[in-house]
Amino acid sequence: MQAIVDQIKAKAQELLAAGTVDRVLGWEAGELAYDRTPAVFGPAEALDGLKYDLFCAANLSKYLIAETKKEGKVLALLKPCDTYSFNQLLHEHRIRREGVYVLGIPCRGKIDVRKLAAMGMEGITGVEDDGTTLTVHTLYGDHTCSREEALLERCLCCKGKEHKAFDEVIADPEPYTEPDRDRFSMVSKLEAMAPQERFAFWQGELSKCIRCNACRNVCPACSCLNCVFDNPASGVSGKANVDPFEEQLFHIIRAFHVAGRCTDCGECSRVCPQGIPLHLLNRKFIQDINRFYGEYQAGADPDARGPLTSYTTGDVEPSVVSKGGAK
Amino acid sequence: MMYKLAMSRVSDLLASFGKVIAPIERAEQVNFGAWSPEETLRLDVLKTVNSAKDAFFPQSEDIVHFKMEGKNIAIGMPEKPDEPFVLFGARACDMRALDVLDRVFLSEPADPGYAARRKNGTIVSIACARPAETCFCHAYGIDAAAPQGDVACWIDGDTLYWQPQSEKGQALTETAKPFLEECPDTAADAAKQAIREILDRLPLKDLTLDGWGGDVLMEKFNSEKWADLSRACLGCGACTFVCPTCQCYDIRDFDTGHGIQRYRCWDSCMYKDFTMMASGTPRPTQLERYRQRFMHKLVYFPANNDGMFSCVGCGRCVAKCPVSSHIVKVIKALGGDAK
Repeated sequence: MQAIVDQIKAKAQELLAAGTVDRVLGWEAGELAYDRTPAVFGPAEALDGLKYDLFCAANLSKYLIAETKKEGKVLALLKPCDTYSFNQLLHEHRIRREGVYVLGIPCRGKIDVRKLAAMGMEGITGVEDDGTTLTVHTLYGDHTCSREEALLERCLCCKGKEHKAFDEVIADPEPYTEPDRDRFSMVSKLEAMAPQERFAFWQGELSKCIRCNACRNVCPACSCLNCVFDNPASGVSGKANVDPFEEQLFHIIRAFHVAGRCTDCGECSRVCPQGIPLHLLNRKFIQDINRFYGEYQAGADPDARGPLTSYTTGDVEPSVVSKGGAK
Repeated sequence: MMYKLAMSRVSDLLASFGKVIAPIERAEQVNFGAWSPEETLRLDVLKTVNSAKDAFFPQSEDIVHFKMEGKNIAIGMPEKPDEPFVLFGARACDMRALDVLDRVFLSEPADPGYAARRKNGTIVSIACARPAETCFCHAYGIDAAAPQGDVACWIDGDTLYWQPQSEKGQALTETAKPFLEECPDTAADAAKQAIREILDRLPLKDLTLDGWGGDVLMEKFNSEKWADLSRACLGCGACTFVCPTCQCYDIRDFDTGHGIQRYRCWDSCMYKDFTMMASGTPRPTQLERYRQRFMHKLVYFPANNDGMFSCVGCGRCVAKCPVSSHIVKVIKALGGDAK
């Protein structure tokens, strides 16, 4: 991994020195073993702080909305799955393509620190990765676990190692193959539930919501300048869950709004402080879209017209809804 | 006087208290909530997602209702929160946070809802058996091994040690007597010692607030470092809502269709409509909003409250910030030379 980091830094230095770009969007280390923060690095000598490791999960694509509004050109370090969001934002004219140079960087999956904590690894002071096993140093002794057990949900259903948008790619000499789990398995489980049971599941999950808006603000598909839920004139704005129905309304409307545009990047679930599996709402929509309109992956192709924004005579009739939805 | 009881009897003890708010697990998350024997009590979890603040300053509460009746407007007041309760399982940082909130909500004119809950609540705190890497309460002079509270508890293996520390605590101890067994005052010393040994090894053990406080306002405010520090901030309210001391709120009207429900709810200085006025917002970009949060905790609050910081080092924001742009980074970046 260190070889890859060195390669990334060397490439960034080269592009800065050549004047191709004037700054670099990446991640910087924090105070703990895992707290990485998206950061913009200026002149070449300041790249020392650039960090790329198991914990650089944050999808940087959305930052490009702001960064490409600025003058000059930013070098963006994008993991394969980040490029789907990048394409989607390009398609929606939210990113100025000329303002960014995309360096596709390899990814070997990112670690979910909360999963480590849930496995009893409290007081984490360091994590080592040998490719298959993690050694986790804590204040209370060392632990080991398989890499797979600790990967983020989205990495368990990895979209693959291919960058869907790039100006240049740094190849991985030892590519790691993430597990290829069925991303719709939990959706199928929920669909198989009786309505009351399903309602109870979502009631339990969504009643934890504290309306912090982290899911919305991190979401690359949520790029409205003023969200309807922040607009007091909309009649649906809400800073608080006045009743349990409110937060359901918020999350379900948000899922509808990103339907067909959500790339399943999983940032919503990653950042939720209350651990609500919000990606399941999005995956339900993705699965329905696949069934109704054929397989579609948002962001795979920036020129593709989304199934919900194009019309073909083969489209399903709206009456499918009253017949119980997709089967 | 110290007492003890077996951990296996804690549920029976709580059941004898009437209304109890304690760390309970629901949908895989642990938060303070109304306890009943059917709930899963999680005293082993160091930090609830939200803090103990919620028991005294709920995220949302009704202030008044209006209803049109012919040409008259009927005004209804919500019931006062006058039910006594026991808050069980607060941590040392949660306790200091209540000192901060008391300064805000109990100074004249006192906040009626908060004051009523403070009066009705008896707090049983528990020392932190397993401090986390995100903890830095020691930077504020808090001792996680000796929490404030009406009663302080220590868990050592299968035993819970119980020590009343106030009149309310004494009264609760009387109620709890059937479950308690007297023991020497030194009985929990081993547990305290074990906690202090961990505290000495925390990754943030050397963090200090040197350079912060009420008298460095302009120096910190004008620092050029805020631009870089705030760049990654998403403008969400996760840090403010999990924070045990964030106390800002908004007052909103909800149109019920039949009348108006006026409620108070937590607000976040990270939000772009925070303190929105007819003339617009005084903090037009995320830089100003981000700066506001940390300046409030580390400069404005101590300036107005005898040097008391309004951060208690619980580390919830450290753990929960989606992009790890947290207060420890700010304290370090601006703590020394802030230029």
